[in-house]
Amino acid sequence: MSTDTEAPIYTKSALEFKSSSFSSPVLVIHTTELKQITHQLKEKIAQAPEFFKNSPVLIDLQHCNDDEHPIDLGQLITTLHAEKLFPIGISSANEDQKLIAIKYHIPVHTIRGTHSDISTTKSVSTQNKPQEGTEKTKDGTINAIENMLISHPVRSGQRIYAKGDLTILSHVSAGAEVMAEGNIHVYGALRGRALAGVQGNPESRIFCSALQAELVSIAGHYKTSEDLDKLEQHQPTQISLQDQALIINNL
Amino acid sequence: MARIIVVTSGKGGVGKTTTSAAIAMGLAKKGHKTAVIDFDVGLRNLDLIMGCERRVVYDFVNVINGEATLRQALIKDKRCNQLFILPASQTRDKDALTQEGVGKILEELSKEFKYIVCDSPAGIERGANLAMYFADDAFVVTNPEVSSVRDSDRMLGILASKSRRAEQGEEAIKEYLLLSRYSPERVKLGEMLSVEDVQDILSLHLLGVIPESKSVLNASNSGIPVILDEESNAGQSYSDIVARYLGEDVPHRFIDEEKKGLFGKLFGRK
Repeated sequence: MSTDTEAPIYTKSALEFKSSSFSSPVLVIHTTELKQITHQLKEKIAQAPEFFKNSPVLIDLQHCNDDEHPIDLGQLITTLHAEKLFPIGISSANEDQKLIAIKYHIPVHTIRGTHSDISTTKSVSTQNKPQEGTEKTKDGTINAIENMLISHPVRSGQRIYAKGDLTILSHVSAGAEVMAEGNIHVYGALRGRALAGVQGNPESRIFCSALQAELVSIAGHYKTSEDLDKLEQHQPTQISLQDQALIINNL
Repeated sequence: MARIIVVTSGKGGVGKTTTSAAIAMGLAKKGHKTAVIDFDVGLRNLDLIMGCERRVVYDFVNVINGEATLRQALIKDKRCNQLFILPASQTRDKDALTQEGVGKILEELSKEFKYIVCDSPAGIERGANLAMYFADDAFVVTNPEVSSVRDSDRMLGILASKSRRAEQGEEAIKEYLLLSRYSPERVKLGEMLSVEDVQDILSLHLLGVIPESKSVLNASNSGIPVILDEESNAGQSYSDIVARYLGEDVPHRFIDEEKKGLFGKLFGRK
């Protein structure tokens, strides 16, 4: 089950960039009055000191930048640091604020900024909303355009790469390699190599109608045919990743 | 326009040249004007199998280099006046072949011939690539064993992606499976892949099964395409293959072990 027996070609490098998502508190600022902010911040933290201790926060300036006098970002960051909060990003910043943020080594998030600036100011900003919004647009565009459908057998020596999901209506021969950033569906026998979630998506899966693969991998976690040998090979199979381990189920 | 057939396999020694000679002779005997070209530059064999090795004057490379005309290089078969052989050069290597040169020759042959059979060398290098590049149909010769099947699979991948038809987005090359050196007895003993096994891996249209036969070696040694040996299983199987390729409905033979009684019946009918 573990993947550390042999050094595979895929994880030889010392590091890799993976795409993953996690949630973080967003601090939405409603005023430019620093005194008021400091006061209310202390109050909030007092309610749950452990929760906020050394917590990362994303600063959202959308609402306070409607004011004529922009907030002094440098001061705000100093205040947050004083309260043991770590700003990890800033959104809806104006040009001056962006420069200041970069000076403080804080990344500037622009995706949401442009979107909501254009749309309206009346959208009620709950803390989770910005994340949901960006994810939706990502999913929508990527899946619609980058999925790939192959209707012929994938022959030995051929390599196929899909930026989204990859669907193969025939079989994948021994010596062939199919890769996808999303899921892989094989409606024939899978005899070659199949690598799903090659950009690190642990949610991706591999489906095939017969598993006789040389290698299967999800997000870099792999099994070779040696490990697969004991399994029932001629049944429709699903492969998923759970707690860093590949789970192989008959469908 | 001629139909260009490439006889290919990836792996060596599976019977490409034997098949090329037999198919070309079969097509010619059916009355179609056929040319067979040896693409194995440097390892010339086709002329031996066809029994015309003593009549080679000019070769494929001479024609490409403009040192001889096609008419000078083509050898007319003595047994069938519809069949012509273009031998490979023995003193050169595959780099002597150019895509432009091969294309020109095939184009010129197309005007005069109905079928052009290209005998591909083994491997997936230049010679093999040029042999299949201009093809309309591919006869993939495979032995019922795993390495041959895998090499054929690799070749099929190349046919699908690197041919002229693939590059120009035309209709794909028609691919046919020829399973050679087949022995039903050994399949039964589990020593050999069965037709079903091979079909399962390659998912390819089966054009015919050529049984393992002593007559193939005998025919090669004496320079007579095995299809002319009407007594032999292999010869009959090639006749069936040519007929099937030309659209006739011929049942498959030699797939199952023949019982003595059935054996007699088959020959009685002939």
